Amino acid sequence: MPDYETHDYDVVVVGAGGAGLRAAIEASAQGAKTALVCKSLLGKAHTVMAEGGIAAALGNVYSEDNWQVHFRDTMRGGKMLNNWRMAELHAREAPERVHELERWGALFDRTKDGRISQRAFGGHRFDRLAHVGDRTGLEMIRTLQQHAVHKGIDVFMECTISRLLKDGDRISGAVGYWRESGSVIVFRAKAVVLATGGIGKAWKITSNSWEYTGDGHSLAHWAGADLIDMEFVQFHPTGMVWPPSVRGILVTEGVRGEGGTLTNSEGERFMFRYIPEFFRAETADTVEEADRWFQDKNNNRRTPDLLPRDEVARAINAEVKAGRGSPHGGVYLDIASRRSAEEIKRALPSMYHQFKQLADVDITTTRMEIGPTCHYMMGGVRVDADTAASTVPGLFAAGEVAGGMHGANRLGGNSLSDLLVFGRRAGLSAAEYAKSLASAPRVNPQEADAVARELAAPFERDGESPYAVQRDLQSAMQELVGIIRTQPELEEALQKIQELKERAQHAGVEGNRQYNPGWHLALDLQSLLTVSEAVTRAALERKESRGAHTRDDFPKTEPEWGKVNIAVRQGPSGTMTIQKEPLPQMPGELAALLEEKK
Amino acid sequence: MAEVTMRIFRGNANGGEFVDYTVEAPEGQVVLDVIHTVQATLANDLAVRWNCKAGKCGSCSAEVNGKPRLMCMTRMNLFPPGEPIAVAPIKTFPLIRDLVTDVSFNFAVAKEIPAFKPRPPEADGTYRMMQVDVDRGQEFRKCIECFLCQDVCHVIRDHPENKERFFGPRFFVRLAELEMHPLDMEDRTELIRKAAGIGMCNITKCCTEVCPEDIHITDNAIIPLKERVADRYYDPFRWIFGKLTGK
Ligand SMILES: Cc1cc2nc3c(=O)[nH]c(=O)nc-3n(C[C@H](O)[C@H](O)[C@H](O)COP(=O)(O)OP(=O)(O)OC[C@H]3O[C@@H](n4cnc5c(N)ncnc54)[C@H](O)[C@@H]3O)c2cc1C
Ligand code: SF4
Ligand code: SF4
Ligand code: FES
Repeated sequence: MPDYETHDYDVVVVGAGGAGLRAAIEASAQGAKTALVCKSLLGKAHTVMAEGGIAAALGNVYSEDNWQVHFRDTMRGGKMLNNWRMAELHAREAPERVHELERWGALFDRTKDGRISQRAFGGHRFDRLAHVGDRTGLEMIRTLQQHAVHKGIDVFMECTISRLLKDGDRISGAVGYWRESGSVIVFRAKAVVLATGGIGKAWKITSNSWEYTGDGHSLAHWAGADLIDMEFVQFHPTGMVWPPSVRGILVTEGVRGEGGTLTNSEGERFMFRYIPEFFRAETADTVEEADRWFQDKNNNRRTPDLLPRDEVARAINAEVKAGRGSPHGGVYLDIASRRSAEEIKRALPSMYHQFKQLADVDITTTRMEIGPTCHYMMGGVRVDADTAASTVPGLFAAGEVAGGMHGANRLGGNSLSDLLVFGRRAGLSAAEYAKSLASAPRVNPQEADAVARELAAPFERDGESPYAVQRDLQSAMQELVGIIRTQPELEEALQKIQELKERAQHAGVEGNRQYNPGWHLALDLQSLLTVSEAVTRAALERKESRGAHTRDDFPKTEPEWGKVNIAVRQGPSGTMTIQKEPLPQMPGELAALLEEKK
Repeated sequence: MAEVTMRIFRGNANGGEFVDYTVEAPEGQVVLDVIHTVQATLANDLAVRWNCKAGKCGSCSAEVNGKPRLMCMTRMNLFPPGEPIAVAPIKTFPLIRDLVTDVSFNFAVAKEIPAFKPRPPEADGTYRMMQVDVDRGQEFRKCIECFLCQDVCHVIRDHPENKERFFGPRFFVRLAELEMHPLDMEDRTELIRKAAGIGMCNITKCCTEVCPEDIHITDNAIIPLKERVADRYYDPFRWIFGKLTGK
């Protein structure tokens, strides 16, 4: 029988990004014995990479801003597919969560009168993003980490969770392994909060790191929880394209928020040709109005360069296809001719650094070359808006791994605020749920043993390298399940995923269990393949174009499809099933907000 | 496309050696890219930490040709062609495997620093702070915890036993940030003098030189902290005056 250590907790939080840290802080504040588990070292989660800012209607720059306007922007950005209650709670609570960070030591950039400054971002009516230059995520994760350190939370770093355990229909714990030693660890837990982030490592060109293998999505799916909106994968319009080794690395939307413009090889500000009907009334149609908007948002309409990300990514795609791209297959993003070198270095220091060091480009004098990159997963674990509870008792989810909040497309800045609002709610509800249990759920030792044996399996195989399987999966998803989709391509992708699953079953690893990335990847392939399949199946099902999901064969947005989410579930024999489910009904007074003029 | 030879340290606490790997390195690559090529093609089990690949997370610290660097921000064209490039783990922390070290010392030190303690907010529940007053704190908060400064500091690099009584430059930056935070009311002077061991720093500035975030560790953090400690212990009146007037 395999050996392993066992730990007992009320609440185990899986993931130590913004959502996981905020959840752990809250659970622990409620008196729950709390563990925080993460694949990397503390402070290295994706949240640290966030650049542009946190969206919250503080009203510091435009006093006209309030939660209602933020709610409206979020719903419209999500093409009305968002869970209305999540969007409402998010817009209402984000300001308090930002002030809370300040009380915990965060130092945001200031307005002239000493309040938290806010910057413009795509799809937001007013300057709304609280920020620190272009390293807002670092400020956020450090603040949470430094606050959490004194709260008696036990942190398990470089520890990967591989499976959730259940007692009957409710959660009873989780099994994982220490990356450093390779030894197995079992948590007995009353409640588990998933805060594992996204799935972007399934694509070749991505802004995401090795961690984003969709573990949380898969853990939930295997444990019987519903996933929703899996067809909505956000491609950020501006990733680096040159040199090839940095392809995909993010260029913050803050560049456009600070006045940067998109141009094609003919020097044309092409976005004016791509204003969709849905946003026409609120978007500037002349260069003059667009430029005035940066100074006066009340009397001018937003520049089309800052349309929601799905619109901009598609436009860039189309420009490149039409032969008006830059030498390396992107378009241009120009801040050099728009702002002084001083201003650029002050507002966008890490972008300046990044281009200078990685591409030999000085962005204060030269245009950047940029193109779309896989960035964010809108879809995820279906949760109850108020409690962040999944459809499995004892399992909660918050942050990028949760679905519903962002609908068909997320607005920039709405993720960091989402992490805080729903991270807190998840921690609170998980602690309350744990308290409410009459007895601790039981962990079945055989179940834990079986997982431990599965973890060891790759060492007993001598098949191909897991890196080869991952590479082929990334190419398939990039080519067949990218920004623009068609039925034959999606079907081909499904076929390929089946073949890759077979190959992954045989992938072998060399070396031993001590800090062995090849082995880690062999295990991660299971979740990568699970989420890839879920995205592809959901994308096949949704026969329309909406937000981040564009079907070349069904180019129109169909009102009927606006009434349903697609839910992905595990069928009786472990196969994946797809189901259309009606959207939760929005109350009249919120619906009225959406009707009102901007 | 050029061929390069990477001379990578392989091994664990029981010992190890440098192993040469020759791979293709297309134009524009950084050291971390080449390490990944080696990992994907020649040594699947090569242990290395990384996350952002853009100098933002501080995971990929190593000693490249003897110099502490972030592998993801070190371009290959920095090195003369044709010569092997040596990549070793950072030396100051115990080796786990290959390029991965046990940096838990740093997380333990972080726990010893008393938390931020803000003064009460304004009537509306929020704070007012001017940009000029947060500039210095923001410089310190750029720290990505790569621990390269900890790695080069001779106080702990050459004398591991000093780790018991010396926090290291990263945590002088953290302490300075808290001490200069416009809202903070905690007093950490005694800790800085004693437990943090600031007196052991002899201002060699090696830490400042390696900081990938260009934080002026010695000039802006360590020296002012040393002055605070001196004021406090040799001139208590001036210290109290300083606390009262915020100077
Ligand atoms: C480059 C970049 C810039 C961005 N900029 C912005 C921005 O300006 N504004 C904004 O709002 N959003 C931005 N985003 C999006 C936002 O940063 C992320 O969506 C968000 O940080 C996700 O946070 P999270 O807490 O859900 O997960 P993460 O911060 O990704 O954390 C996930 C955690 O889960 C852990 N984990 C994963 N799987 C396992 C497992 N199996 N076992 C144990 N632990 C596991 C990881 O180790 C990690 O600790 C950006 C994203 C990127 C990539
Ligand atoms: S200046 Fe001080 S802290 Fe920095 S490396 Fe030298 S001795 Fe260490
Ligand atoms: S101060 Fe600089 S060198 Fe030291 S850990 Fe922070 S970023 Fe790294
Ligand atoms: S990988 Fe993040 S700093 Fe190098």
